[in-house]
Amino acid sequence: MKLKTTLLGHTYEFKSLREVMAKANEEKSGDKLAQIAAENAEERVAAKAVLAEVTLEELRNHPAVPYEEDEVTRIIQDDLNETIYKEHKNMTVGEFREWILDEKTTGDRISRASRGLTSEMVAAVCKLMGNLDLIYGAKKICVTARCNTTIGLPGTFSARLQPNHTTDDPKGIMASVMEGFSLGCGDAVLGLNPVDDTAESVARILKSFDEFKRKWEIPTQTCVLAHVLTQMEAIQKYQAPADLMFQSIAGSQKGNEAFGITGAMLEEGRDLMRKEGTASGPNVMYFETGQGSELSSDAHNGWDQLTMEARCYGFARHYQPFLVNTVVGFIGPEYLYDSRQVIRAGLEDHFMGKLSGVSMGCDACYTNHMKADQNDIENLASLLVAAGCNYIMGVPQADDCMLMYQSTGYHEAAALREIFGLRPIPEFDQWLEKMGFSRDGKLTPLAGDASVFLDEQMRRQEDGR
Amino acid sequence: MVDEKQLRSIIEQVLGEMELPDINREERHEIHAAAADTAVSYKEEGAEEGVLPDISQVNVRTQYLVENPRNKEAFYEMKQYSPARLGIGKAGARYKTLPYLQFRAAHSAAQDSVFSDVDPEWIKKMDLFCVQTRCENKDMYLTRPDLGRRLNEQGVLAVKEKCRKNPQVQIYISDGLSSAAVMANAADVLLSIQQGLKSFNIETGTPFFVKYGRVGVMDEITQLTEALVTCVLIGERPGLLTAESMSAYITYKGTIGMPEAHRTVVSNIHRFGTIPAEAGAHIAEIIKIMLEKKASGTQLKM
Repeated sequence: MKLKTTLLGHTYEFKSLREVMAKANEEKSGDKLAQIAAENAEERVAAKAVLAEVTLEELRNHPAVPYEEDEVTRIIQDDLNETIYKEHKNMTVGEFREWILDEKTTGDRISRASRGLTSEMVAAVCKLMGNLDLIYGAKKICVTARCNTTIGLPGTFSARLQPNHTTDDPKGIMASVMEGFSLGCGDAVLGLNPVDDTAESVARILKSFDEFKRKWEIPTQTCVLAHVLTQMEAIQKYQAPADLMFQSIAGSQKGNEAFGITGAMLEEGRDLMRKEGTASGPNVMYFETGQGSELSSDAHNGWDQLTMEARCYGFARHYQPFLVNTVVGFIGPEYLYDSRQVIRAGLEDHFMGKLSGVSMGCDACYTNHMKADQNDIENLASLLVAAGCNYIMGVPQADDCMLMYQSTGYHEAAALREIFGLRPIPEFDQWLEKMGFSRDGKLTPLAGDASVFLDEQMRRQEDGR
Repeated sequence: MVDEKQLRSIIEQVLGEMELPDINREERHEIHAAAADTAVSYKEEGAEEGVLPDISQVNVRTQYLVENPRNKEAFYEMKQYSPARLGIGKAGARYKTLPYLQFRAAHSAAQDSVFSDVDPEWIKKMDLFCVQTRCENKDMYLTRPDLGRRLNEQGVLAVKEKCRKNPQVQIYISDGLSSAAVMANAADVLLSIQQGLKSFNIETGTPFFVKYGRVGVMDEITQLTEALVTCVLIGERPGLLTAESMSAYITYKGTIGMPEAHRTVVSNIHRFGTIPAEAGAHIAEIIKIMLEKKASGTQLKM
């Protein structure tokens, strides 16, 4: 492995592949915080030039955390298809980049190659891609998954309905649920981040979601994004009806420990969903990730945040999830400083997720201490649709009153579908038409009137008198 | 300052200009009354004849912009249970102008509260001396949390020199992620804590202000002052509901590198959350119990 190059008359000699990988990243405040970023723009390019000559085999042999020490590494390495790996192992990262972009390389061929890729390879090629490369490459790859409905089909674009509430108030949550569905959100999942992470409360919300879904015959899936153990308890002790099981994950064992999880725990959760979950499946898991979480729990082993993020997807695919999304701008400016870094990271994460073979969405978002605003996030959302992203979030006017950050609003998915000529998941699309909220893929004047769900309720009550 | 009657009329005017076409007179009156009730607490300077009403003062709970809703009363009633931006209608698959501008106004307030500094005049008026962490500017503060957890050299000297040693309780104020939160709440909370502690015969040290402070710098301050209990009043990361939310973090015999779980937190202090005077009394109570039980955070059984 050659770790030395000259560029613009200067000689650069890197000490390790880890250093090359870190310095080859586009500028991120988190890599600076970790004190591993390139010193300047030239050194960054020198690192990219060195990385372009590294082979995929060399990347496989240098996982970010040693196999013996880390179960995430073990899961990624043990899951590889060795036959497919051998077909690509002699390629350099530069050649692999061109292979992905080549007109003869179809999305199906990339998806097949994906089974022989470790996360370090996925991260490495991402570092050599410009933003348009990331969009171009990701757009080729189609990843579908099935829970009650099938997400990721060509021509579709979906949204999670995220009805978060400051106190988990049942009426307040349902008000958001109604308005979200009336605007065409929720075909990916109806999923709430609870304030109260107790099994009893989680079960209560899951029951109310299930009841609403059944009453209105909505073809979608439900989830409450509590800790995996809480959800398991809600299902076992309180008979909660759950279509998807959620968990935040990290790219190292130590990072997962900070989230209070292990691989075995996720396996147990998935087994429970197979036996007692309400969904038809087979994909019954939902994961969230985000660059920087490993550094924030000192679980990055000296590696850069992009590589650690790639490892989240390598870990996630083991559990055949229905949904995986990066919560890209939630972590704050010490990891992603401004809109430029957030947009870049959103495109990187989406590309890496798809290249790892998972059904990928993105919570395009920002906090108020970051130098970004709603215009930036609308830009990112548009770029993600161009890249073939499976889903984004839907929050009332993009303002999450509980998590205190801004994401994409209920109106965004609908607008993006109209702009790009896309539709929701077919069954959900038909349901929207049946309800009168959309016609031929466009919102009707009735869309946004959440009171439709109450009107019917009242009429039924009157009928009963 | 405007009086309550003027405020009601501003809100009435804003609501009158909104599209509520099918709402009957009686219901419209109810909505207006509800809006005006909430408006009473928002006193804003500068509203006068010939000036457009302040769109940021409209309560999103009582705003209902959906055109020709099927069952407006029922959804209006449900909407009262949520602070989310609901019932906002649409223009095509985009937002109506008023909620669009309200969102922008809320975000501008949130950003300004992060990126602006606490007014030095306010610090002077509070009779506080000012020290700084190892952050040299706002950018460094936002990107290097590690430096915001330590005082700079002059800061260490100033605290050593000016603060009374070994107090039972050391209270100080810090900007954190919202300068607006500190200027809106800290004076009342500080006064209320001091009064509360006085009534319990608990003596307090010399209060001061820390610029570019993260919560963790309180542990260095504990070690410098050798206080038993340290309490910082600090601005929270702002959301769009309010940019003025403040928290108090309290430790018993804190040390640098202690687990975060050993801090006790009173959060959500602002005029629509826990009001400052009430928060101060509550904090004084907590401090009293900490001194009795010699513990804080998860180790403290209240």
